[in-house]
Amino acid sequence: MAMTMTQKILAAHCGEKEVKAGQFINCDLDMVLGNDITTPVAIKEFEKMGIDKVFDTKKVSIVPDHFTPNKDIAAAEQCLCVRKFAHSLDIENYFEVGEMGIEHVLLPEKGLVIAGDLIIGADSHTCTYGALGAFSTGIGSTDMAAGMATGKAWFKVPSAIKFNLIGKFKKEVSGKDLILHIIGMIGVDGALYQSMEFAGEGIATLTMDDRFTIANMAIEAGAKNGIFPVDDKTLEYIKVHSDRTPVVYEADSDAEYEKVYDIDLGTLDYTVACPHLPDNTKLASELSDIVIDQSVIGSCTNGRITDLEAAAKLFEGRKVKKGVRTIIFPGTQKVYLDAMEKGYLKTFVEAGCVVSAPTCGPCLGGHMGILAAGERAISTTNRNFVGRMGHVDSEVYLASPAVAAASAITGRITTPEELEQL
Amino acid sequence: MKLKGNVFKYGDHVDTDVIIPAQYLNTADPKELAKHCMQDIDTTYASKVQDGDIMVGGINFGCGSSREHAPLAIKGSGASCIIAKTFARIFFRNSINIGLPILECPDAVDGISTGDVVAVDTDTGVIKNITTGKEYQAAPFPPFLQNIIELGGLVKSIAKN
Repeated sequence: MAMTMTQKILAAHCGEKEVKAGQFINCDLDMVLGNDITTPVAIKEFEKMGIDKVFDTKKVSIVPDHFTPNKDIAAAEQCLCVRKFAHSLDIENYFEVGEMGIEHVLLPEKGLVIAGDLIIGADSHTCTYGALGAFSTGIGSTDMAAGMATGKAWFKVPSAIKFNLIGKFKKEVSGKDLILHIIGMIGVDGALYQSMEFAGEGIATLTMDDRFTIANMAIEAGAKNGIFPVDDKTLEYIKVHSDRTPVVYEADSDAEYEKVYDIDLGTLDYTVACPHLPDNTKLASELSDIVIDQSVIGSCTNGRITDLEAAAKLFEGRKVKKGVRTIIFPGTQKVYLDAMEKGYLKTFVEAGCVVSAPTCGPCLGGHMGILAAGERAISTTNRNFVGRMGHVDSEVYLASPAVAAASAITGRITTPEELEQL
Repeated sequence: MKLKGNVFKYGDHVDTDVIIPAQYLNTADPKELAKHCMQDIDTTYASKVQDGDIMVGGINFGCGSSREHAPLAIKGSGASCIIAKTFARIFFRNSINIGLPILECPDAVDGISTGDVVAVDTDTGVIKNITTGKEYQAAPFPPFLQNIIELGGLVKSIAKN
């Protein structure tokens, strides 16, 4: 029977020749991931199992990134719990402040996840690694505990929706605009329990960073995973970042899809998700009277070097609007260093932005940029739920780095082209 | 398992940030989490909910984060089960893994209002609205999941196997 790319990876990891949608399977895991919020709960469950070692010390990654550097005493206690656990069980991929980054920017950069892998992570944006041609999905803390103990996880084999991409982006339109457009089109439960499989010649025009952004937000459409075919760009990325050999899977040409969407990248424009759901999308050009108090650029969605480049290009020689707090979050220490070497950090500081250490920070209303009642942010993050970035009466508009930067400069939602004309 | 309680009903796309806002994720104690459960959309839930009460939601209940603190907060608040039209997938897994009964039944959701008294039989999937007298049938779990639930959650099922 013909299989999707996702189904092929799942089949290979459960020892079956083929699997079909709806089937329950038990799969071998190549990586189990957790952070400072989800790992403490997993540790409790792990300890209940009465075992004292993980299935493979190389195949567990723990990245304290949410409330770090420790935002308060309770967060410090959680990080201490995670640190002790990682050290006592000799977990190799534990990343302390100073070497850590935002988990979904860090793991690909460290070469810990590559094409053909099956990854679970106790963080919903674990689906990011589909950009590399891996099956990766978010799970909870109990699944993380079970995964660490046994090296296995259960799955219901998903059906899939195919997104056939043609053409290429115009202007500064990016992967963020594409994924917001898709979520707006299919809804926040448009891919519930399903895979989002990307295909078509348009993929070759997407940078790896675009692909990470797109796969990252598959969960915002309810999807189990988002996945890209492996091409020369993927293989080059993996060669630079990992010593491991990727395994390349391809969807069968006659694989079944629940739906197929054809999208011409050249027809897309700057897209913004308005409060309070990621599918509440409008064109940025329709929102030019929306005044902002804060602009956030970074996160697991848009904290990579080309994201910072897109923002720095617009900040060069300009200043943020007085009163607009603009906070830049490089995804990892490496992204931070690269941004420094390319001069972006200087550009940001001279423009009046503040540059933070890598952290999830304000994306989830944790710290480093919380909103008060009545305040509004434009943000390159991934969720704009009620109270997501702070007070229940605050608002978040989701956008690309270019739109968030242009908006920081004018103090209202602005496209890069409009900025050039001002 | 037979459950009975007063209903707290919410709309579509109830997300994990409203079930338990991230600012409270610096603890994993269900009782502590329960104090802030639902507060961003219902400031009275935490003070009104009684042991055994039933939460009802629309489509895509529990969308958003993977935080297991969300079903833990609901369980910690005393709610005995959740009935929704559909659940977001990570929330669905987490609820099964921690042993919080969940049922998908669109008809029941449409026929139940806040304040109704509802009885649920999780073994048969029969949902009875005692206030209106109407009965609904939720789809049973596939045997694979039923096995995890019957053994008391994922950790216990692994220990057993």
